Parts: sequence; structure tokens; C-alpha cells
Amino acid sequence: MSSVSRSVIFRGQKSSGLTFKQRRQLQNLVRYAILSVLVVFALFPVLWIVSASLNPLQSMASQSLIPNVSDPALLLKNYRDLLGNPDRYPFFRWLLNSTLVASVTAIGIVSITAPAAYAFSRFNFAGRRSLLLFMLLVQVFPNLLAMVSIFLMLQQLGVYLPFIGFNTAGGLILVYIGGAMGTNTWLMKGFFDSIPRELDEAALVDGATILQTYTRIILPVARPILIVIGVLSFVGVFNEFVLARVLLRDKETWTLMVGLYVNFVSSNFANQWGLFAAGAVIGMLPTLIVYLVLQDQIASGTTAGAVKG
Amino acid sequence: MITNTLARRRSVQPAIPGVVTLLLRYIGLMVVDAFALWLIFSLINDGIWELAIAIGLITLLVNIINLSLPLKPLRWISPAFALLALGVIYPIVYTVYVAFTNYGDGHLLTKAQVVQLLERRTFVPETGVRYRWEAFINEAGEYALWLTAPDGSAFFVIGQGELQPVSGEIPETYQGFRRATRAERTRLLAAAANQQFGPEGNRLSVTRDFAAALVPRFRYDSATDSVTDMQTGAVFTADDEIGFFVDRAAFEAARAQNPEARARDFVMKIEGFPAGVGYRTVIGFANFERFFNSPALRGPLLSIFAWTVAFAFFSVASTFALGLLVALLMQGKFAGRRVFRTLLIVPYAIPALISVVTWRGMFQPQFGIFSQIFPGLPNVFADGTLTRIAILIVNLWLGYPYFMLVCSGALAAIPADLYEAAQVDGASRFQAFRFITLPLLLVSVGPLLVSSFTFNFNNYTLIAAFNEGNPVIADSPIPAGQTDILISYTYRIAFSGQGRADFGLAATISIIIFLIVGTVTVMQMGLTRRWEEVSRNV
Repeated sequence: MSSVSRSVIFRGQKSSGLTFKQRRQLQNLVRYAILSVLVVFALFPVLWIVSASLNPLQSMASQSLIPNVSDPALLLKNYRDLLGNPDRYPFFRWLLNSTLVASVTAIGIVSITAPAAYAFSRFNFAGRRSLLLFMLLVQVFPNLLAMVSIFLMLQQLGVYLPFIGFNTAGGLILVYIGGAMGTNTWLMKGFFDSIPRELDEAALVDGATILQTYTRIILPVARPILIVIGVLSFVGVFNEFVLARVLLRDKETWTLMVGLYVNFVSSNFANQWGLFAAGAVIGMLPTLIVYLVLQDQIASGTTAGAVKG
Repeated sequence: MITNTLARRRSVQPAIPGVVTLLLRYIGLMVVDAFALWLIFSLINDGIWELAIAIGLITLLVNIINLSLPLKPLRWISPAFALLALGVIYPIVYTVYVAFTNYGDGHLLTKAQVVQLLERRTFVPETGVRYRWEAFINEAGEYALWLTAPDGSAFFVIGQGELQPVSGEIPETYQGFRRATRAERTRLLAAAANQQFGPEGNRLSVTRDFAAALVPRFRYDSATDSVTDMQTGAVFTADDEIGFFVDRAAFEAARAQNPEARARDFVMKIEGFPAGVGYRTVIGFANFERFFNSPALRGPLLSIFAWTVAFAFFSVASTFALGLLVALLMQGKFAGRRVFRTLLIVPYAIPALISVVTWRGMFQPQFGIFSQIFPGLPNVFADGTLTRIAILIVNLWLGYPYFMLVCSGALAAIPADLYEAAQVDGASRFQAFRFITLPLLLVSVGPLLVSSFTFNFNNYTLIAAFNEGNPVIADSPIPAGQTDILISYTYRIAFSGQGRADFGLAATISIIIFLIVGTVTVMQMGLTRRWEEVSRNV
């Protein structure tokens, strides 16, 4: 689509003395050269961490970029050490915690914002616009900024309601869901607006209740969007570090990111490098897969805001 | 798909809101209310008013929305709103409140909670008798005591029964009880419920060394807001200005001698309260005053603030520039375009924490890959300037794919006929970029630049995971680092465990960040103008 604009020939190009084809080739050469350098920049750290995860000697001092081992079975030594010592590194526990927190949060966000967005999209009521704008305004302040008072709030709540207190997955989930309401309601409302109203009006005329229209007409049509929002929420929470670090204290409750950081980075960094690398490679897989599979949706998601601006 | 749903909807039965639905709603609401009321009363009982009020308001709103017919559409929104209120709005409001209090180590509990703790303490009055004791136990596992008073008289007491006078040597068995073993003695002491013996009015508590009638040590008088220490007779009055119980008599006496005397030096000190018996209280603008006026804080704060702004600005500038360059290079059709895009997006698709720590490893001074490639490289983490440069490089890597995606989309949306017109007017390619592409791009990407600025302003993950804000600033009274940004400094003050946690000051800094971020957003985004647009779209 944008190729149209590139085919326009400008004055400066005419005077360069090269034929169109030569110029095109030169352009491509420069393009490939720069892009290749950038790809090296982009991928080098990733290759380096993968290589570190395969270095059986664990310490950073012994690492070379291409792992130098005689027996290929040794390549997986870090992974075996990391996964085989649940008492020292409860890696599966962290993975489970992260998966649990991220899944519940994602399901919570989708199932709570969808009805809200539906109401904003379809009903007309007093205060609708100011409520919507209020939700947008509140989102200017990320709840990360209020980490002190969130920490104190969960400590106080936890005395009476231990399942959503400080140092519990429940408390963390509550904070994540609460913080995601504004943005996601807006996002979802935008998608619901694009579903033709004739669909639900026809259903209403036929005597369906509003609830039935919502569950049987809107939700099935919007399912792909709901899944994308859910998956992106999952990934966002899975990778979140700051609030999780503030709100989780014990090794058993840590999420993967907190566990990797506190266990392997805070102390004796260079000597446990191989273990961290193995955990990092496992930890980056879910996100990497999601982003590469969904890259088109993500690209259009980020640009939706930009183009509309 | 549409035909499908249309076909299916014919089977939908017209529904009248049934009695069952109505009943379910009322019962559900009653359960929620009962639960909320219990929570509110428990909170008030402990003096945690702010949370009690917040939960009360949320519950009230949910009730109004679910009972009032005109507000029926809001029922769909109320769960989202309740969570927003608890997870975002309350924390914001509470941050403001905490900023005006002395909340922190030494002042963690409310006055009500402190008084409760004090009233639980006991002591043996001078008139009380301290009995030596020997434990007995029967088949059922009940305990009895053989008590010997200092004057030689002895008693036998079963559980909370009367004290029976006895005499002679302590027997091996007595009234169906036998002497307890050492292990059973220990168990008796360990189980708090078993430690009370004797009848009401002469209830004896058992400690390792003796059994004696204990009386409460502290008595709180709400009329004078003071605590009396029954053991020493001293009276301590609550001083809400500093959040301590203070020996007012001693303080007044000292002030008569020396007008400079401070209440702070006469606080009540007892076991378990190393810094004095403190509670949390509103202290006005003291935290803000400290933030702006404390000479010791000013040096580190100025440097932290300057670096925060510079870091956010250069991060946005560099990631935008590189992202735009890539987006321009990716324009048009060429072989391998999709492969390049997939590879170049990878930094965006890796959890930030993992990326940052990987970079930290690459910069590691002894064994990191950079010092292997460039043997003369100095230790980056030891020098503030070098760490800052390294952080900006890392953030460029982390951030450019976002602007690559954003700019690609925005470039595609610029109409091609603008370029044709420029060509007709004889513009060069650079002129076309300078006068068409860039301005149009900035219009659409501008708000995202601002949000990227505010994001980086609070990019705690990068700062903490790369070098924890270090290297340290040498002469700072509160630990601070040369690469600390405001949010990581806040974290240090509240949670790092270096020095005493000061939630009040941390909340104060949060508010100042709120204000800066909010001002930047309002100013640059032209929020009002954007609002009009948003309102039109609503």
C-alpha cells in the first residue's frame, strides 16, 4: 500500500546520473546492509543468552559464544540442574504461579470488561460519557506509581481476608485486574462499536432479552477480539516484575520473573549465569511465541491509536 | 457466521424477568453486603478508617446501582468500576493521605491497634504472690498445679478450680493426677490456653519460673487520651503531632528549664518498641517540607530528578529515531521484508526483565562478552556516566521495535497523493520527508511519544534490573544511586530494607511524580483538545 508513494520519482533522484534500475539496486544494497546490522544488534543478546544456557560449566567466566562441549548431553546440564532441584530453585512452582496469576487475571479482565464495554457501546444513560472519560483519565496514573499504598492496602486487607492479602497470588491478581479495567474497557468498547447495531436490534425485535443478545449475538461475533485481549493480558502479567516484586515476599509465592531476578541476579550473579540463562530461555518462550504468532494483530493494535490520534 | 447467529436467534424465547432472577439478585446482594459490613466493622475496630470508608462507599454504590431501576445499565459496569475503585482510585487517594502521615517503621500501627497491644500486656504487682509450681497431669490430659508460696504454704489447683490448701512434700500422685514429665511441662508452657489456673478473681498465669496473678500493665483513658503504666505509675499522653505517647510531665518540666526541649525526646519506651511507642498519624506537610527543604536530601534529589528527565527524554528520542529509520527502510516491497520484520521485532517480544539482565551480563566487567571483545573496556557499573550510557543503549534495544511498528502504521496512513503533489512542485526527496512525512507523522505519533516519555519516566524494571540504581551516591543520608530515577528511589525508601522504611516520604515522592507526569501529559498532549476528539468518538 505504501509502495505507491515510493514509486513517485523526485527531482533529486533524476539528477543522480544512474539509471533507474541501478539506483534501485543501490538503494536495496544500502537497505539490506543497514537492516542486517540492525538484525545483528537485535538478535545478538538473544543468541548470547541461549548460548549461556547451553554452557555446562554454569559460570560466566567459562562461556564462549559457541558452547564447547564434547558430549552433546552436557548441553542441557543447566536445564537439568534448574529443573531437578525443586528445593533450591522451585522453578516449576514459579512457573505455575506465573501461569496461574496470568490466566486468572486474563480471564478476569476479559469477563469483567466485556459487559462494561457492551453497556458503554450499546446503552444510552446519564453520565455515560463522563464515566468513560473518567476511566480514561484515571489511566494516566499507572498503578505502579501507587505501589506504596497498594502494598499497605493489601497488608491491611490480608489481616481480615488472607486470600487477597500481601504475599498472595490473590492480592496480586486483584491489583492487576483493577489496574487493567480502564484501558481494556476502552479497547473493547472500540471493537464492540464496530459490530453493526442491526445485529442486536434484530434480536431484540424478535424478543430476546438484553442478556441473551449479549451472550448469543455479541460475544460469539467478538470472540477473536476477546481472545486477543486475553492473550495479550496474559503475556503482560506473565512478564510483569515491579508489582510482583513489591507484593510477593516468599520464595513459594514468587512469580517466574521475581524468582529469576531475586534468586539468580541479586547475589552471586556471574557464577549462576548458566542457571539464570536456562530459566530465561524457558521464561521468554511463551511471550516470544505469542508475539511472533500474533505480530500482525499487535502491529495493527499499536497503530490503531497512532493513526486515529 | 452472521447467518448462523440470525438463524439461532429465532429459538430465543422472549423472557420476562422472573421471580427467581429477582430473588437471586437480592440474595447475592445480601451476601455481598453482609460480608462487606463484617469487613468494615473489623477495619473500624482497628482504627483503619480510610479503607473502611473506601469499602463502604464501593458497597454503597454497588447497592444503589443494583436496586435502582433508572441505573440499570450501570449494572453491567459495576464490577469493572468496583475493581477500578479498589485497584486504582483508592490507591491514588490513599497515596495522598499517606504522604501527609508519618506511616513507616516505628509508626506502622494505628493508635487503636497500639492501645490494644498495650492493654494485652500484664505484670505481677508488688502485692502479688509468686508461687513456685510443679505440674501434674491425669489420664485425660488435664493439668493441675502444686503451688508453693514464698511463706511455705502450699495449694493444689485443678484447672480453673478453687485453690485447695495442702501440706507436706510434693507427692508423686495426688487426687488421680501424677507428676508431669519434663516434656509435658514444656507442652503446658507452650500452650497458651493451658496457662491460666485458679478461679475467677484469682486467676494465675504460669510462666517458666513462677505462677502468679497477673494484672494488666497499661490502662488507656480515652478522655485524656493517655496511657498509665500501672507498674511505674507514669502517665504518657498521646501526641498526635509526632505520633508518639509522650511523658508530658517530664517534657513540661524540661521545657521550663530549656525552651528548646522537644517532645520527641520524652517518648514512652518499653520492651518491643525500640524507637518508642509510636503510632501513625497525620503530620501535615512535614514530608513535603523534608522533600523540598532538607539540605541533606537536596543534592541527591536534584541529581536523581535531572537524570530521570534526561533518561526519559533521550530514551524516547533514540527509540523513536531508530524506529522511524527502520520503518522507512521497511517501506515498499522487497525480498525478505517479512523475515526482517519478524527478526527485528524480537526485542519487543522478550520479557523486559530477562532482556535487561542479559544485557547486564554482557556488560559484566570481568567475563561479559563486551570485555572479551574489547579487553580495555573499563568497569561500566563502577562509573555513573558509563552506567547511564549503557542504560540508554539497553533501552534503545528494548524500545525501538515499538516505534518501528507505530511508525510503519502511521507512514502507511499518509496519503500518496501528497507526495505526488510535492513532486509536481519540484520538491526533493529530503524536502518531501522534511515537510510532509515528518509533520504528519508527528501529528499521529505525538501522543505516543508523550506516553512513551511517561512510561520511561517510571521505567523501574530497567533501572532496577540493570544495576539497582547504583553506583551509590556517596554522601546521601538515605541510600541513593547515581542511576536511580524517582520511582526506583521511591522503592528504595519504602521497601529496600536499607535504613528505615518511610512510607510517608515515599508516598510524597509518588505524588510529585504524579504531578510531573500529569503536567507533561496535559501540556504536550493538549489533553483538552484530545478530549474533544475523544468525546466526539464516544
